[in-house]
Amino acid sequence: MQVAAAKETIFKINDLNLWYDDFHALKDVNLEALNNEIFAIIGPSGCGKSTFIKTLNLMINMEPGVRMTGEINYKEKNLLDSRVDLVDLRRKVGMIFQKGNPFPQSIYDNIVYGPKIHGIKKKSELDEIVETTLKDVALWDEVKDRLKTSAMGLSGGQQQRLCIARALATKPDVVLMDEPTSALDPISTLKIEELMTELKKKYCIVIVTHNMQQASRISDKTAFFLHGRVVETAETGKIFSNPEDKRTEDYISGRFG
Amino acid sequence: MNSRITDRIATGVFYTIAAIMVALLLYLFYFILSNGLPQVTWDFLTSPSSSYQAGGGIRDQLFNSLYILVITMIITVPLGVCGGIYMAEYAKPGKITNFIRTCIEMLASLPSIVVGLFGLLIFVNITGWGYTIIGGALALTIFNIPVMVRVTEDAIRSVPKEQKEASLALGITRWHTIKTVLLPYAFPGILTGAILASGRVFGEAAALLYTAGLSTPTLDYGNWNPFAENSPLNIFRPAETLAVHIWSVNTQGLIPDVREVANGASAVLVIAVLLFNILARWLGSVIHKKLTAGK
Repeated sequence: MQVAAAKETIFKINDLNLWYDDFHALKDVNLEALNNEIFAIIGPSGCGKSTFIKTLNLMINMEPGVRMTGEINYKEKNLLDSRVDLVDLRRKVGMIFQKGNPFPQSIYDNIVYGPKIHGIKKKSELDEIVETTLKDVALWDEVKDRLKTSAMGLSGGQQQRLCIARALATKPDVVLMDEPTSALDPISTLKIEELMTELKKKYCIVIVTHNMQQASRISDKTAFFLHGRVVETAETGKIFSNPEDKRTEDYISGRFG
Repeated sequence: MNSRITDRIATGVFYTIAAIMVALLLYLFYFILSNGLPQVTWDFLTSPSSSYQAGGGIRDQLFNSLYILVITMIITVPLGVCGGIYMAEYAKPGKITNFIRTCIEMLASLPSIVVGLFGLLIFVNITGWGYTIIGGALALTIFNIPVMVRVTEDAIRSVPKEQKEASLALGITRWHTIKTVLLPYAFPGILTGAILASGRVFGEAAALLYTAGLSTPTLDYGNWNPFAENSPLNIFRPAETLAVHIWSVNTQGLIPDVREVANGASAVLVIAVLLFNILARWLGSVIHKKLTAGK
């Protein structure tokens, strides 16, 4: 616990409730995510885990009829309180989606898309961003000779890593990942997992995953969601070896979900 | 057994209907082109029309049609695209949006002769311009805008949600996302829609009768000053278009070769519209291929 105390708190969620019109999707969620850690969220389909991760960069506001109460503190600033600058927030809280979604442009243009719009114009600076972010996601050696070719020509795993690079290019503090490997083959999945353990040295990572082995392999803390509630949250080692709640145990041992 | 027979009958019915449509179109083309094409000579396309003698051409009418089309599209495309962006991205589902949508659809289904009379009232009389190209173009704009709005809205809605999310999640503003992600992706669809709308504008007669008029002043194609009386580029001059010309020679023509001129002009009109359609398909697929290159 001493080690954890030294790490900066990035997200602190207090009594978060969320409704889609009349449907109560998240109920009294309390969580804390620290810097340089991987925070995994597991749970069966429809438990609210994807909804939850989308609240962290307020992408949830794109859905119609959403209402929220409680607090989502990002670095001690409550996202639900004052009028938050969405542009600024999403630049700092990057997000990776289920399926790689590169723009139908060149590899280079995909990465510089964010930085360019955020005001970086110098070619040398952009070149450097492309090189460092691609190296960060271990894609540089594979694509350095074809940066100007279309990103649509990459494999699924490469596309996903490109998307991670694209998110890193805006220099975020946090990377949210919504089932980032669910559409990938085992080898690509392994690469992304290795990448995540590498990335946590610099970032706070929150990942939603369907795959319990994945959560146990890579994450530091795990939260188990069920019917919109956090049933249990603890060190990953503890939750998988010695869960406190009966429902957690049932889910982890594959008795439902 | 029974369902198999029904299936065969259904298949037969659909094939027959498809065949009837194709046959109708082919016969129409055959009829128009076989009557009209022999009249279409270089001389026919490049000489001015005559009022009393045989042997007049359609030079000015062809130019007027193209010119009004260009002016109409210059007005329609920006307005229609903006309207489509609003409907697809900004309008919140609800009563007001439904009301706007109904208005747009009503506008699209207005009879063109009514639009023409409305144009006569507004763009000819109230403005005091008389019969003008700009008046005609504005009248055409009225029923072209709904088409452009709809086409743009559909094209933008068809952009995969992931693309939009990707951009927004990078902290890109909504407007920048529209500009750099949605519009480029929707561009082939918008372009195709615009060209198809052009075909309709090109063939429109009723709305132009009372707005652009039935006459054309003597034009000097060397005069490029858009404010000169005899310049073809002047938008405040009356302009008889090809479709209007076909109607007017048939109903009030004094020339002895009415049939020949009308047939020739019809053939030119049909070929032009056909070209618009082919162009739309071709451009759409070329750009689509370019966008999704590498896959």
